[in-house]
Amino acid sequence: MKTISMPRRAFLTGVASSAGVALAGCTQTEPPTYGNLLRMGDLLTYKAHRFLLPARSLAREYDRSEISSAPAIGTTNPADSSQPFFNPEYGETYGRLIKGQFADWRLTVEGNVSRPSTFSLADLKRMPSRTQITRHTCEEGWSSIAEWTGVPLRRVLEAAGIQPDARYVQLYAYDRFGDGIDMFDALHPQTILAYGMNGRDLPIGHGAPVRLRVERQLGYRSLKFVRRIVVTSEFQDDGTIAAGWSWYAGI
Amino acid sequence: MAGRAAGRVRAAGSLLEIAVNVAKRHVAWVRLSHWALAVGVVTLAVSGFLILMVHPRLYWGQVGNDLTPAFLELPISNNHRPDGWETAVTFSGLTTAPISANRTYEIFNENGWARSLHFLAGWLLVAAGMFYVAGGVVTGHLKRDLLPRVRDLAPRALWRDLKAHLRSPSGDAARDAPYGALQRGAYAGVALIALPFMVLTGLSMSPAVTAAYPFLTDLFGGHQSARTLHFLGFSVLVLFVLVHLAMVALTGFRRQMRAMIMGN
Repeated sequence: MKTISMPRRAFLTGVASSAGVALAGCTQTEPPTYGNLLRMGDLLTYKAHRFLLPARSLAREYDRSEISSAPAIGTTNPADSSQPFFNPEYGETYGRLIKGQFADWRLTVEGNVSRPSTFSLADLKRMPSRTQITRHTCEEGWSSIAEWTGVPLRRVLEAAGIQPDARYVQLYAYDRFGDGIDMFDALHPQTILAYGMNGRDLPIGHGAPVRLRVERQLGYRSLKFVRRIVVTSEFQDDGTIAAGWSWYAGI
Repeated sequence: MAGRAAGRVRAAGSLLEIAVNVAKRHVAWVRLSHWALAVGVVTLAVSGFLILMVHPRLYWGQVGNDLTPAFLELPISNNHRPDGWETAVTFSGLTTAPISANRTYEIFNENGWARSLHFLAGWLLVAAGMFYVAGGVVTGHLKRDLLPRVRDLAPRALWRDLKAHLRSPSGDAARDAPYGALQRGAYAGVALIALPFMVLTGLSMSPAVTAAYPFLTDLFGGHQSARTLHFLGFSVLVLFVLVHLAMVALTGFRRQMRAMIMGN
């Protein structure tokens, strides 16, 4: 309902304001600042990175001997209702998925794609995989190195027939965290949907059965417990900005 | 006749004196950059300290976290609790035997705004710093007033300057003499070494910037080393600001503030 009523309201406002400034609001193409000075700084950093840094640069990959201990923070089990980001809508489902060892887990890919699709864990594992030993850099200040195995997000998006007007990829989890990345990061070769960590299945604490890895951003952009992907042509706040955090976390 | 001529000379003399006295001690662009840098540095220090409180442990090398030993632990928050982690699991088949553990407690974390404020102030610092250094090069202010002269760097000259500061810090400044070697060294060191070092160590923590320029990470010995050095630079700058403020207070706070705000 919300998505249907939005354009109409925006259209009416657009007609009412000859300046057309309000009309721009209905085709939101970049992270909004809500007039907040801090968010303007975030936007400046995002624009500067996209303008100044080479789009194809790869994050450093390490040697197996450099793999380190890895804290699991935030939600460490979406089925545990005592955790602060427990999602009552999906927590119970996640509990059932654990019992079935994620055989019933499904990833839906929809939005600006020509073939909205559903993938099982086995489907993803059948697709070409990528293994990378990279550094997880947490906004808190610590870091860890782990080996991640998964399918490049690009492969999944292409399998669903991503359309040319796609600008952003939104990801939804079994807890209340949200995620959104632009096409530079979504199509980046190191951006993978990881199902393996250090040669084993991804542990629940680290986001089982599938988590995102966005290696050129801070850890909080590598969403754990992924359940749904929506490709959009407009920017949508995944909750990060509303919660007072920078949407782009390349620094 | 003679009396009138003498009067004219006296008047000219006092005019000259006045002209010398009103000559700007700090020109406008220097004052502007000084305050922009001051706002930037103070904002960066406060927000940086808040960020540090979230993870008050420092490491050397590429990585470091609650499950690895620290190089330095700071007693500035209760965010590191070794007993607040679920039983650790070992990743088998790896020679280094790294572990994984789930955190069970909520931490103090104001990084949502502290980080954004830190980077906003970082932009201000970079802009003001570039303006200041460019202005210093173009006008010759940097070479004339700030870069230590070779003869000032002789051990005897430095010792004399140090003794003079310890004995009577107000001496030279009261007479508006050119900056001494220690003053030149401190200002040039902050503008040309310490602040650029902070920007570089800061950028060496950025996953996007280090992906584009991997040498940055190597330059400082790893991601966590860069963070530790960033903290070390912060400590040096805090010391500088404290000494700087002490000297301003000792040499006439009102007069010095007027000079940096009004110019004279």
